[in-house]
Amino acid sequence: MSNFEPKILAFLCNWCSYGAADLAGVSRMEYPANIRVIRVPCSGSMSPKFILEAFRQGVDGVWVSGCHPGDCHYISGNLYARRRFQLLKNLLEYIGIEPERLHFTWISSAEAGRFQEKAKQIVEAVKKVGPANEKKKLIKELKPIA
Amino acid sequence: MLEGYTKEIREAAKRLIRDKKVDCVIGYSKGSIPLVDAPYFAYTEEECENLVWSGFCTKNLAKYLIKRLGKNALVAQGCVSRSIVGLINENQVKRENVYILGIWSPGMVDRRKVLERVGGKEIIDVKEDEEKLVVIGDGWEEEIKRKEVLRQNCYTCASRNAVLFDEFIGEKKESKGGGDIDNVAAPWEKLSIDERWEKFRETFKECIRCYACRNVCPLCYCAECFVDESRPQWCGKTQDEADVYTFHILRAFHCAGRCVDCGACESACPMGIKMRVLTSKLEKDIRNMYGYEPGMELGAIPPLSVYRPDDPENFITP
Repeated sequence: MSNFEPKILAFLCNWCSYGAADLAGVSRMEYPANIRVIRVPCSGSMSPKFILEAFRQGVDGVWVSGCHPGDCHYISGNLYARRRFQLLKNLLEYIGIEPERLHFTWISSAEAGRFQEKAKQIVEAVKKVGPANEKKKLIKELKPIA
Repeated sequence: MLEGYTKEIREAAKRLIRDKKVDCVIGYSKGSIPLVDAPYFAYTEEECENLVWSGFCTKNLAKYLIKRLGKNALVAQGCVSRSIVGLINENQVKRENVYILGIWSPGMVDRRKVLERVGGKEIIDVKEDEEKLVVIGDGWEEEIKRKEVLRQNCYTCASRNAVLFDEFIGEKKESKGGGDIDNVAAPWEKLSIDERWEKFRETFKECIRCYACRNVCPLCYCAECFVDESRPQWCGKTQDEADVYTFHILRAFHCAGRCVDCGACESACPMGIKMRVLTSKLEKDIRNMYGYEPGMELGAIPPLSVYRPDDPENFITP
């Protein structure tokens, strides 16, 4: 288990968290390579389907990050998303999916340091719970993500 | 069949048809087998004679108002009237196109509990009043208290009287089911994370993906359901564990903040799956966090279509 390298899918908002990841990159800040990024227009455009699909495709953890409440490029996308994510996380925890696998954060495009810190923290958290789909099967066939 | 109510429903229905107030009265008729009553559409005065009211009216008739033409009258107990309110709020039904015959529900009976009670013997007929059922078989009879064989959701009913109606059939009676929903909702919360998954697996492993729960649900009116989408396909069509789980998680989530706990899904399930374990968790969270109860108020905004600046956000990774 000690050399388990999880795959974590990150859905980052185009206007903030993606920018933070970009800034972390150009600033030469190091963070674990376990994270695969998908850029989304807004955290409000995230559907629970995407998160379940990620688990179905065999990732060990999912991370969704958007703008701080009040800072949304579309005024209120992340505020609608907040209610949805709160319920979804509670529901998935309720049916037995470890809360350590599902992460949400608010990161602005200037917070490269915060992005780096969260990335490290999330990878550690997922490493601790181990591979998904070992005993709790949410995938049909393992299609590895490149 | 509850004779008094049945008589009043038939009279009201005939009057509405005769006065051309509505094109059709939607209610229940005696089913082809005992313990199951069927939805029924009465267009003429003669057909109104087939309408009944009983403890087996488990289907949610609000479903039939969606995309229906003309003006319809509907027999609606508490949960059905709440579904109608929800559909009006979601702009699926126009208030002026529906004439609601409000009624008090004695609490609907869980067919499986009755069958278990009589030990699987064949039942020919059931007589009932508000307090008890008399189950009649070939050469035997058994009396059962209604309270002992109600559906789980009827014990914690929030409103047995219709909340919205144009005319009330009979008298308004005790509106609460008696039980406290917060005590029984989300039964797995106290278990450990692995036990919860085990319960989840156990609960849904019999699912045959017939979609009866979806088809009977008045909330499921999407032009294309996520299970029917193929490009991209979010949920496979097989009985593989993963597809079954995805279906049930998303089905429950789509009902969040809208489910009135009518129990039609559980009553319709041919495998006896108790899917209210998921919806009750979501509704409990919504009550506690956003103080919202679906279908109680015309013009209310669904909790997921609105936000407050100070909404709880303990899901954020600290």
